[in-house]
Amino acid sequence: MNYLLVLISAIIVNNFVLTYFVGICPFIGVSKKIDSALSMGIAVTFVMTITAIVTWIINHYILIAFGLPFLEYVSYIVVIASLVQFVEMFIRKTSPALYKTLGIFLPLITTNCAILFVALIQAVRELGFIESLVQGFGAGVGFTLAIVIMAGIREQLELSDIPKPFQGAAITLITAAILALAFMGFSGLTSS
Amino acid sequence: MKQRSITTEFAKGIVRDNPVFVQVLGMCPTLAVTTSVINGVGMGLATTFVLVFSALFASVLKGIVPNQVRIPVYAVVIATFVTIADLVLKAYFPPLSASLGPYVPLIVVNCIIMGRVEAFATRNRPGVSIIDALGMGAGFTLSLMVLGAIREILGSGSLFGIGLLGAGFTPLVVMILPPGAFLTLGILMAIFNALKAKSDPVLIRT
Repeated sequence: MNYLLVLISAIIVNNFVLTYFVGICPFIGVSKKIDSALSMGIAVTFVMTITAIVTWIINHYILIAFGLPFLEYVSYIVVIASLVQFVEMFIRKTSPALYKTLGIFLPLITTNCAILFVALIQAVRELGFIESLVQGFGAGVGFTLAIVIMAGIREQLELSDIPKPFQGAAITLITAAILALAFMGFSGLTSS
Repeated sequence: MKQRSITTEFAKGIVRDNPVFVQVLGMCPTLAVTTSVINGVGMGLATTFVLVFSALFASVLKGIVPNQVRIPVYAVVIATFVTIADLVLKAYFPPLSASLGPYVPLIVVNCIIMGRVEAFATRNRPGVSIIDALGMGAGFTLSLMVLGAIREILGSGSLFGIGLLGAGFTPLVVMILPPGAFLTLGILMAIFNALKAKSDPVLIRT
């Protein structure tokens, strides 16, 4: 029952993009078209879930077991970078169709701060293994939800007459403000 | 290339290539920690520290590191300096470290750092790279200060933690919440664009 709470909390209440501001770069950069936003979202969810599992194992069985917490950041970034590389190779071999959809987005994910954030927050919150997995997946779904909604709004914005100084990133950020305001309506839904 | 003076190299990071308002890089710390000026300055200085040393090392190592593995190598270099910055903050500024929270380790994936290392430090000599990094760091810190000041004044009615607007002022709590961050940065960016278009119409990005 706790797992459902973790899942809902990660998807809407504490949406990574709109409450923790992680993953803003792809959120602004890849949210022009719904199709590519969705592909980016799926790729992020995929890598985020695997990262959550792998970093949990590393944190508990290597870093804590051998008393090396100061190596946390260095080891996480190496793990994430190699994981992204590995996932890319794996998808290319097993599913060329999926690779075609996700291909160009995969390398970008290494520098997506949301991935590192998942690894860091689960250590801070002292989550169990299954909880970490659920949170990683939920955070990915939440990211997908936010970026797809944003892409939908931006496709409409293309047709509007926006004052010149507001064009580009400025109007996107103001749209995100309204979106964040809407998502605040969910706060209080879960206690965490 | 070689004729550019130190001041131009430094100043470009503050206005012309401002990392936040022009290059739109490093968004997560920019939005997340600017609930007060102190947090903004702390994050800005920590990032500048990491930026300067990563740029120096990347510039020194550029001939030694094979091209294919350069990104992981720089990532490890950056992560090392972030760990140093994090431990120093934890030891000497515990309240600041607590309020910046997980955003200190997130400096590792701050695109400004990897961006400057890739685009500048690996192509230039160490001295120039440090000046460039200092300029970018200063531009970043200033942007965070402006954003932090606006949000702190409107959201808490204070500046540097000192009450400013008196008891009659009702704080606009939304300004220190996530929507306020997006809104303030969006409007500031529009103002920056408008001012830039007025001063030199040639440079405006379309």
